[in-house]
Amino acid sequence: MTTHAPSRGYRLSQLETLESESIHVFREVAAELEHPVLLFSGGKDSIVMLRLAQKAFWPARIPFPVMHVDTGHNFPEVLEFRDRRVAELGVQLVVASVPEALAAGTVTEPPDGTRNRIQTPVLLDALERGRFTAAFGGARRDEDKARAKERIFSFRDDFGQWDPKNQRPELWSLYNGRIHAGESIRVFPLSNWTELDVWHYVRREGIDLPSIYYAHQRDVFERDGMLYASNEFARPRPGETVFTARVRYRTVGDASLTAAVLSDADTIDKVIDEVAATRVTERGATRGDDKFSEAAMEDRKREGYF
Amino acid sequence: MGQQMDMLRFATAGSVDDGKSTLIGRLLYDSKAIFSDQLEAVEKASAAKGDDYVNLALLTDGLRAEREQGITIDVAYRYFATPRRKFVIADTPGHVQYTRNMVTGASTADLAIVLVDARKGLVEQSRRHAFIATLLRVPHVVLAVNKMDLVDFSADVFDEIADEFTRFATKLEVNDLTVIPISALHGDNIVARSPNMPWYEGSSLLHHLEHVHVSSDRNLVDVRFPVQYVIRPQSVDHPDYRGYAGTVASGVLKPGDEVMVLPSGLTSRIAAIETIDGPVAEAFPPMAVTVRLADELDISRGDMICRPLNAPEPQKSVEAMVCWMDPDPLRVGRKLAIKHTTRSARAMVKTLHYRLDVNTLHRDLDADALALNEIGRISLRVTQPLFADPYRRNRATGGFILIDEATNVTVGAGMIMDPTPSVQPPYTEYAI
Repeated sequence: MTTHAPSRGYRLSQLETLESESIHVFREVAAELEHPVLLFSGGKDSIVMLRLAQKAFWPARIPFPVMHVDTGHNFPEVLEFRDRRVAELGVQLVVASVPEALAAGTVTEPPDGTRNRIQTPVLLDALERGRFTAAFGGARRDEDKARAKERIFSFRDDFGQWDPKNQRPELWSLYNGRIHAGESIRVFPLSNWTELDVWHYVRREGIDLPSIYYAHQRDVFERDGMLYASNEFARPRPGETVFTARVRYRTVGDASLTAAVLSDADTIDKVIDEVAATRVTERGATRGDDKFSEAAMEDRKREGYF
Repeated sequence: MGQQMDMLRFATAGSVDDGKSTLIGRLLYDSKAIFSDQLEAVEKASAAKGDDYVNLALLTDGLRAEREQGITIDVAYRYFATPRRKFVIADTPGHVQYTRNMVTGASTADLAIVLVDARKGLVEQSRRHAFIATLLRVPHVVLAVNKMDLVDFSADVFDEIADEFTRFATKLEVNDLTVIPISALHGDNIVARSPNMPWYEGSSLLHHLEHVHVSSDRNLVDVRFPVQYVIRPQSVDHPDYRGYAGTVASGVLKPGDEVMVLPSGLTSRIAAIETIDGPVAEAFPPMAVTVRLADELDISRGDMICRPLNAPEPQKSVEAMVCWMDPDPLRVGRKLAIKHTTRSARAMVKTLHYRLDVNTLHRDLDADALALNEIGRISLRVTQPLFADPYRRNRATGGFILIDEATNVTVGAGMIMDPTPSVQPPYTEYAI
């Protein structure tokens, strides 16, 4: 090949490489797609996304709004965090409300009371009403094997559906964001990050997270081998007893579906040690919604899920 | 660990028969990147299907259709880390009908692993994989001679395969080739050197992946900064701020450097290179930064910042090797959209010079179309000049994608050739 300058020093750590690649993705979307929106749950991945978006456009403001798909089953710590962060950054917040959709009758509550699947029509409806042509999501490929197959720029037809067998080839860092009216792109800037990368980045950047990510005392009960908080959204059934435990959340989602893990990790360093040593994936440890079948995520994504 | 380690992207191609999934499963398992709930799910699925062994392919084949058919169809990305490095595996199918997926996986790879079965030696597929790796200029190639346990760990068998492949690789211009005898199933020479092959003096596969030197693969000579996005806050704090955001494609940029902007050809100096974390003394690939210039020039997305004495020649006519990725064939006269760095334009296929048989490397000069998964050499006429370098010199400014203007689907990937192809010796022409 060519004669290159001495390589010593011109080296990025893997975290710096990931950061640069994600910033590139944000800028590419802002340049090529007219109305992007960032899906913000108040979870660690979307908080890291928001930080990267801030970096991508600094010293200008983030040039798009954020959207929270609100199932109505929220951890109060997370809602408080969402509102504070949005105010700090001066970005617009769009709330796509599942309770409102239930009240309006556009979706109906499933018999088991879980709202994971009915988020999808609410999300799609909010994207359509806002005329959003691109939506940033915090999904990572290490989370699930269907996600491992998904592109960074993931095309959605005018029903918001993902067609895993018909994805656009994605080469180098040349992203194809061309769409027709009604179609959209889901964009995953954290595709190549792992759970551990996210935590290392939180530490490096000194990013503030909702307190429930760190170990605390909580009243919980055990169901299907997982620990759920006992609160207004999740009540123990007969035979399930409530006890107090020291726990933390590895993921933050719908409060009725997201389980806590036993943990003493009350600082970022301890969380990193814990995540590095764990032998269970974060979705496996904390999400009741992913246990339905081997293809649960693929099926939900086809319907237009995050 | 974690903060300072670097990243290696590598591509594997193959099917279950080659032991590709076993190899990946082994690397993930031995580096503790497979979690107990994932393994449990795979064990359950294997048992339900009546497999005699735990089928690690179920771990990587993420789509329902793949599991049903027992084949890898699409590229999957997998991650693992050792204390030295983070690894990103682009796991791609090996059959000829998925050439486009292999090309996709190789486009970002620092290293490609070509797997052969020691019992079978080099076959058509191994040659094809090696060719695709060199076509995409993957800087490092590893030939992993697998299933050594089934040939009694024979040094002779290994040497014969290694020699044959080395001769072939010379024709392809492989820069850095390493040949390693392994048994993915039993773990020989995967993480540690195997006591079963004392005659092998090289490193284990993982040791090689951890230590292969990749930072010198980047082009740090030719300054190329494609302007991606113009930042103009128009805020009280920054009323006149105008910064050019982008990712350094190649070269090293420093404040004070004299620069030229294409297409205008106007020159200025770099006033500052900035990020939210503060000013940057030197920007190099693949850093995402914002550049401010000393003079107010008219610069927009798609422009290229380079050096006055080292600028790419604006080209409205490019010659390239393309991999066609669409069922509707490429033919002369077809109009397409082209995306090159941050620049988009329209293009028309002027000439199809030849179609390359990816198995024999034979050139079919009479070809009048490139079908899905076929590779050939074409000339394009472009409506806007591209600020391009030959792909062999610069992967970031030498590659482009072609997009169907009606369906918006990505239909081709191209690698720009040297402008003077006729002076190349014949045996290196297919390795661009």
